[in-house]
Amino acid sequence: MKSIAELDEIRKKTQEQISLRSNTDGIRVIVGMATCGIAAGARPVMKAFMEEISKRNLQNVTVSMTGCVGVCRLEPVVEIMQKDGSRVTYVKMTAEKAARIVAEHIVNGKVCVDLTIGAAEEKK
Amino acid sequence: MQLYRAHVLVCAGTGCTSSNSTKIMEEMEILLSSNKLDNEVKIVKTGCFGLCAEGPIVVVYPEGAMYTRVSVDDVKEIVEEHLLKGRIVKRLLAGEKEAEDISKSLEGVEFFKRQTRIVLRNCGRINPENIDEYIAFDGYKALEKVLTEMTPEVVIDTMKKSGLRGRGGGGFPTGVKWDFAAKQVSDQKYVCCNADEGDPGAFMDRSVLEGDPHSVIEAMSIAGYAIGATEGFIYVRAEYPIAVKRLQIAIDQAKEYGLLGDNILGTGFKFDLEIRLGAGAFVCGEETTLMTSIEGHRGEPRPRPPFPAVKGLWQKPTILNNVETYANVPIIILQGAEWFSSIGTEKSKGTKVFALGGKINNTGLVEVPMGTTLREVVYDIGGGIPNGKKFKAAQTGGPSGGCIPTSHLDTPIDYDNLIALGSMMGSGGLIVMDEDNCMVDIARFFLEFTVEESCGKCPPCRIGTKRMLEILEKITSGKGEAGDIEKLELLAKNIKASALCGLGQTAPNPVLSTLRYFRDEYEAHVYGKKCPAGVCKSMLKYTIDESKCKSCGLCTKVCPMNCISGEKKVTYVIDQAKCAKCGACMEKCPFKAISKV
Repeated sequence: MKSIAELDEIRKKTQEQISLRSNTDGIRVIVGMATCGIAAGARPVMKAFMEEISKRNLQNVTVSMTGCVGVCRLEPVVEIMQKDGSRVTYVKMTAEKAARIVAEHIVNGKVCVDLTIGAAEEKK
Repeated sequence: MQLYRAHVLVCAGTGCTSSNSTKIMEEMEILLSSNKLDNEVKIVKTGCFGLCAEGPIVVVYPEGAMYTRVSVDDVKEIVEEHLLKGRIVKRLLAGEKEAEDISKSLEGVEFFKRQTRIVLRNCGRINPENIDEYIAFDGYKALEKVLTEMTPEVVIDTMKKSGLRGRGGGGFPTGVKWDFAAKQVSDQKYVCCNADEGDPGAFMDRSVLEGDPHSVIEAMSIAGYAIGATEGFIYVRAEYPIAVKRLQIAIDQAKEYGLLGDNILGTGFKFDLEIRLGAGAFVCGEETTLMTSIEGHRGEPRPRPPFPAVKGLWQKPTILNNVETYANVPIIILQGAEWFSSIGTEKSKGTKVFALGGKINNTGLVEVPMGTTLREVVYDIGGGIPNGKKFKAAQTGGPSGGCIPTSHLDTPIDYDNLIALGSMMGSGGLIVMDEDNCMVDIARFFLEFTVEESCGKCPPCRIGTKRMLEILEKITSGKGEAGDIEKLELLAKNIKASALCGLGQTAPNPVLSTLRYFRDEYEAHVYGKKCPAGVCKSMLKYTIDESKCKSCGLCTKVCPMNCISGEKKVTYVIDQAKCAKCGACMEKCPFKAISKV
């Protein structure tokens, strides 16, 4: 027999698992997964995001994919979209950078400026 | 905990299952594992989305992209494009295929935009075979609240204040019913659920049981607590195999979690549930018959009073509510009576689920607030009539209800308005008819159904409805005489007044309501020997127009009766004596030379 506390526990745990079906107010990690992205290594990057999010037990963060945004030379491209719809675009991603973005940007809200598209374009 | 980045929800309701959604799920599983996505993407079997005409339906989250009419061959594209590369397969999307903002596509579909989903809140959102998912969407929270914070009186008071009325057809206030049973003193009381949905074309209850069975279980436990019952029965027809299976799984899971049984949630409350299968007799949906059947007897009604709340199952106080009524209960407890009574009209609160069928584009299940007009349901949500035909009438309440003609399209739908129009809410079947439907034939169809389903206990129903059917058959076969219509009316009134149970008392309704709004059609059949809609075959004649016939001979080739003769340069002729009036020749003729009169 389950107690009310146990029921609450199940509720909380399952909510985390299925939050991606109902919430649109969380942070979204959008990985560019067109041919160019995949060729440049987007899949390991996405895997790294999922592992980090899972490891840290983060709620309200979903990982999704999108097509080519047109800057194929900078792939893999990842966008972090906030609740308010504002987005930060990271380019030339790797699995290591993904871990850093989760720690600094998603958890602590500090954008990794050096990894953004703006920084990449300035270097040129 | 396994984190999935995407959930693929595949509809496993009866509609989509019959259009092969099980195969889609299997194919999806194979392709996900061959693309090494099985650790990233989760397949979830879910209940009915309501858009049955567009099935099978697959929804991919987090984007919320809704794919319709998905075939097994389309699965490859969904996996390789959407799940692997994140490119939404636009050609399969519901509604606006070119929608730019895909993330909102599910809510953006016109069909869903205008609905208020309370009863169907979890249908198409959770896996009905997984109690944890129900719990996650506030499932069993209402039971918790009731057991720990509310007395039975407060529960009944909340139900009364909410204004919830029985969704099975009669519209009796649920709280009042519970109150009657609660006030009875007895060593044993029972809670019953009527899931014997028998109206032709109605499948609201089936979809709730298939898509969200726990909501009914939770509500019945709450009812048990409110009236002081420890046992309950769900009477469901055996023709609903998927619903029965999921319900049984749900009951087993609830028992395993201690949400059914002794000492529920450690509060000392005891409640248990059993399923009883019906053999599909329409009359068993009538409350006294249903209880007789649960007791193991032949399904026949008995007179009321005593009402079930006083003497029901095995002569003990019993409450009987329909599936949809129960599905409203947990959310009323959680959100409060004020919230619920703010939806709907003055005397009809909340929403109503309708099963749209007949001549309508979006065949399926819709839930709208009480007071929505028929026009909104048929045109805005239902997508209108196929092939640009004209709306003629909608039948509500199945064989116990009546039709609503075009002139009343803008009447807000609620219990009292429908009764004033000579129809009734019924359980929620809504069959749309267009200009090609003959109203006399429709009345005959429904009466044929009730004649067949009459249990035979009382003479008005057993003999009376049969006589009515005979007159209708006479009229539709072109042999109607003066006085037949009046005889029909008299019989109808007498049967209504004298039949024993609801089946007999309402059986004449389709005839009375079609007579009320389409008397001219009856008269055309009887006096003019014509069927204005061109349905009743005996009054039809197919003829070939000499000036248009090019003697191509195509009509002879398709005629199954070989009754069209002719030769080159001579107009073809149909032998009326042999013609079966199938209409095949008219469809085939490339010159539109054949017409029916």
